Amino acid sequence: MATIVFGSIKEQVESTAPPRALCCDFPLGRPLGEPQNPEFQHRVLESAFQLLQAEEPIIKEYDVSIPDTADEVLACPLPPRHDPDLHPALDEVRGLRPAYDRAIKKYGNRIGMGRAIDLENLEEAIAALIKITEGTPWKEAGIPGFPSRVSQDIRGYYETAALELSENAPKAWAGTRWFFNNTETGKLLMSARQTMADSGANQPIWFYMAPGDS
Amino acid sequence: MADSDIKAMTAQIPGVDFEETSFTNPVSLNEATVAIVTSAALHHPDDEEFTMLDIGYRVLESSRHDYVLRHWSPNFDPTGFALDINTVFPIDRLQELADRNVIGKVAEQHLSYAGNQFDLSSIQLDSGPSGAQFLKDQGVDVVLLTPV
Repeated sequence: MATIVFGSIKEQVESTAPPRALCCDFPLGRPLGEPQNPEFQHRVLESAFQLLQAEEPIIKEYDVSIPDTADEVLACPLPPRHDPDLHPALDEVRGLRPAYDRAIKKYGNRIGMGRAIDLENLEEAIAALIKITEGTPWKEAGIPGFPSRVSQDIRGYYETAALELSENAPKAWAGTRWFFNNTETGKLLMSARQTMADSGANQPIWFYMAPGDS
Repeated sequence: MADSDIKAMTAQIPGVDFEETSFTNPVSLNEATVAIVTSAALHHPDDEEFTMLDIGYRVLESSRHDYVLRHWSPNFDPTGFALDINTVFPIDRLQELADRNVIGKVAEQHLSYAGNQFDLSSIQLDSGPSGAQFLKDQGVDVVLLTPV
């Protein structure tokens, strides 16, 4: 069989000495480039299939880049406070539920919840993060699953809901930055992660609760 | 939180040293059966979940589009896949190429691994060759390898 590798990190591609590879400077998570753009995706595939004509190993750089400027944040409204007696993160989670349900109906549960928690224990997970930030040791806070996996489910809930609240398709990482920087739950998660790190929790336990550069 | 920072973090992670590059000249593309192997930890909802150190693979059916992305790494943007599965797993694009006779046909089954692995020796020894044999038994000629 002939293989063609797609890769967005040139050094990683080169280190595996592949027979044929197309290095595309696209954001991580988008190896074909632009979602909902079949013409763009076909051009990438055409360039990849051209490598089959090579008579010896070849690594080619695709001639179009999609840079991430690191400053694009999703323009996405957040629900106004509804129940002032609730923690803001819990209030926010409840307010986003209709958008999440619509997005699941429209796209399916492609990136949403289901790794460690589901909608039934989402608020339990948020409550555990609140306890951690309030001083409860993380092992006693009642996180309903492996912390990084629970965090991915919470992030998936928000990034899925955002698909229905944003007027435009999110640029790469824009939804992630919106969640961690702009939402009550994202800020809570980062605070709980920092608290766990400061308390001496093993690095893999807290580190993978958010992207590694955050 | 920037794509360039994540790429810089991972660029120097050592890969596997191969003594030689395996190189195959396939049949003509318009006669080739094409499959996708992704390291995005995709699977169907009723498949077994990938565990953290799971070196195995899941089979993805061309006829089903209910793929879910369950990678263990937080270090990539998942919303492209949420909007359009072809951003990671270009199954519709391949079918369009088959309909235009650019490729021979799309394999009925594809493979998915969880790319968040550090112990690569088990994949080299076991699940990698097993997956390759699975595809060869289907008559696959060309494989596209897509990451996240």
